[in-house]
Amino acid sequence: MTQITEAIDIAPRPLPPPSGIAQEMENRYYTASQFQLMWWKFKKHRLALIGSVLLGFFVFIAVFAEFLSPYTPTARTPDYLFGRPQVLHFVDAEGKFHLRPFTYALTAAMDPKTFLLSVKEDTSQPWPVYFWIKGDPYKMWGVINSDRHLFGVKEGHLHLLGTDQLGRDLLSRLFHATRTSLTIGVVGLFISFFLGLIIGGISGFFGGGIDDAIQRFIEFIRSIPTLPLWMAMAAALPKEWSPQRVYFTITILLGLLGWTHLARRVRGKLLSLREEDFVVAARIAGSSDARIIARHLLPSFLSYIIVDLSISFPYMILAETSLSFIGLGLRAPVISWGVLLQNAQNIQAIALYPWLFTPVAFVIVSVMAFSFVGDGMRDAADPYSR
Amino acid sequence: MAKYLLQRLIIMIVMLAALSVIVFITIELPPGDYADRRALDMRSQGVLVTQQDVVAMRHQLGLDRPWYVRYVTWITNIIFHGNFGISFGLHRPVADVLGERVGLTVLLAIATIIFTYGLAIPIGIYSAIRQYSLGDYAATIIGYFGMATPSFMLALILLYFSVMVFNNSVGGLFSSQYSEAPWSWPKFVDLLRHLWVPALVLGLAGTAFEIRTMRATLLDEKNKLYVTAARAKGLPEWKLLLKYPVRVALNPIASTIGWELTAIIAGAPLVSFVLALPDTGPLFLRALLDQDVYLSGAILLMYATLTILGTFLSDVLLAMLDPRIRYGERV
Repeated sequence: MTQITEAIDIAPRPLPPPSGIAQEMENRYYTASQFQLMWWKFKKHRLALIGSVLLGFFVFIAVFAEFLSPYTPTARTPDYLFGRPQVLHFVDAEGKFHLRPFTYALTAAMDPKTFLLSVKEDTSQPWPVYFWIKGDPYKMWGVINSDRHLFGVKEGHLHLLGTDQLGRDLLSRLFHATRTSLTIGVVGLFISFFLGLIIGGISGFFGGGIDDAIQRFIEFIRSIPTLPLWMAMAAALPKEWSPQRVYFTITILLGLLGWTHLARRVRGKLLSLREEDFVVAARIAGSSDARIIARHLLPSFLSYIIVDLSISFPYMILAETSLSFIGLGLRAPVISWGVLLQNAQNIQAIALYPWLFTPVAFVIVSVMAFSFVGDGMRDAADPYSR
Repeated sequence: MAKYLLQRLIIMIVMLAALSVIVFITIELPPGDYADRRALDMRSQGVLVTQQDVVAMRHQLGLDRPWYVRYVTWITNIIFHGNFGISFGLHRPVADVLGERVGLTVLLAIATIIFTYGLAIPIGIYSAIRQYSLGDYAATIIGYFGMATPSFMLALILLYFSVMVFNNSVGGLFSSQYSEAPWSWPKFVDLLRHLWVPALVLGLAGTAFEIRTMRATLLDEKNKLYVTAARAKGLPEWKLLLKYPVRVALNPIASTIGWELTAIIAGAPLVSFVLALPDTGPLFLRALLDQDVYLSGAILLMYATLTILGTFLSDVLLAMLDPRIRYGERV
């Protein structure tokens, strides 16, 4: 990567006073590889760094969902339907501090005057929380059998985010949904990536009539409201299909959603790079077309493609969430953020069971984190900013 | 100008034609056709329908002809007779069902556009001339949030807070005493009083984006020499700003009205559904879920027509604003 010429192409800037350290820095700058340069610039973008930490957190949850969640997503606590989130305590009713956190059972009682349900913690009965605890058995990634959970309780139950109408733990379901939603985004992105690369490549490589036709087609797609169109297509999926098959098809549909932007980028880059000196030089030196594309063209616009991908990722997630939210996308038993949000569709749910609303926070935080990272990467990938 | 307009008009018509084909495909996609649905309906009402009856009905309705013949029948019925077919779910002509609600959707889209630009342009100007001020930072932060949050979630959040904090729902478009009443001036005023909530929700992402565009372009323009020259001639600051750099900065904003409208229309069904607006949004979703294909197809066609019309209008507006486009130069 060190022979990438772009770093040297940077417009000359006023030289700093010739001290030893500055000279050293200058040399490091000019000999750094492209990705090193990008990393240095990326590091300066504070929000992008925060965003990447958050994203790392989400990926961690997605990868270790089974272990991190205290219950399996389908396990029910039958006597705790629509249960409120339980609070972790360190200080008990007598004011004594415990290092091991514990939680209380919640008892509901009707207020005799207002007839409203009031919920109180039953402080006589603490349920201590244990770590690395044996719980429901599960199959990690569908391969490894285990029954260890990061945390849980031996007696009573622990629902930090409450439960849904069947008494299933919302936190555990949210962790598993994170896995589904992120994978759908990634797979959809890969489909977009290949479509964009191939169609944009054809458009930029052949030029002429084919290029014109493809460009008009892209303009056409961009001028129609895609979400309603995709909703209509998702609605056409046969009702008797298995949830897994729907899952698969929805992923492909989402992949078809985001390629236009990328195809334009690839085409534009191909058209402008074709005439660059270093490409001409490589051609004169006798490099084959394949080598020019792989060694010279692809590395010089790969960074842009990565940036575009990171920017379109939120759209994938949001499209999935929207589709599932209204019941046209994924269906139970598949769990995604959108599927979870189906429970929070109406005012009654929001007023009575506000904790069912927590997936919204996950969606917004992940999308914002991606926007920040995308912004930072866009700045970092631009060779003319410093 | 006339040549440019004609060119855009032809493109618009071609796009509309291509679009109608796509909509027709979504109508044809679900398994089974109108004859099957009718038979199912009649059987559920206890009428004995044999397979021969279904075949006969299919033939009578022309559903056994090749798809392109059916497409031509469908589209000519729409264009020349305003006949969009029959809604399976509501047992009424689609045109009647839509007629009651299209107006509200169009009104919502227009209100959102006005809201978006009415907020974005002044805030963008402020952000640019008071760069790095408190207000500028506030606009940036709200912008990030607005762009990251899909409109239906914004609607949910708003609903959540209106219920939790104000104990009062923000949903709907009319107060209860007006919802069934015939149109009158007080009803219209009542509508406007409710309309700002969905307009705000739908327009926030666009507003955020336009503020950023306005700010960036104006920052570029305001340090150019022609501004300095005008200032040197003693023009008052606000007059100078509005007369020259703002006018230039309006260009990229006007050129995105088409996209803005596409985004608004795309987000509208979900927002209407969450906020329970009596427009086409909830109808569209229900039609999709019931595979009520003629109804959902008609609404989809309407949405797409709205955005293509919007793109056309934004092209015209741009040509009016910028003489370079009018005379066919590339900008």
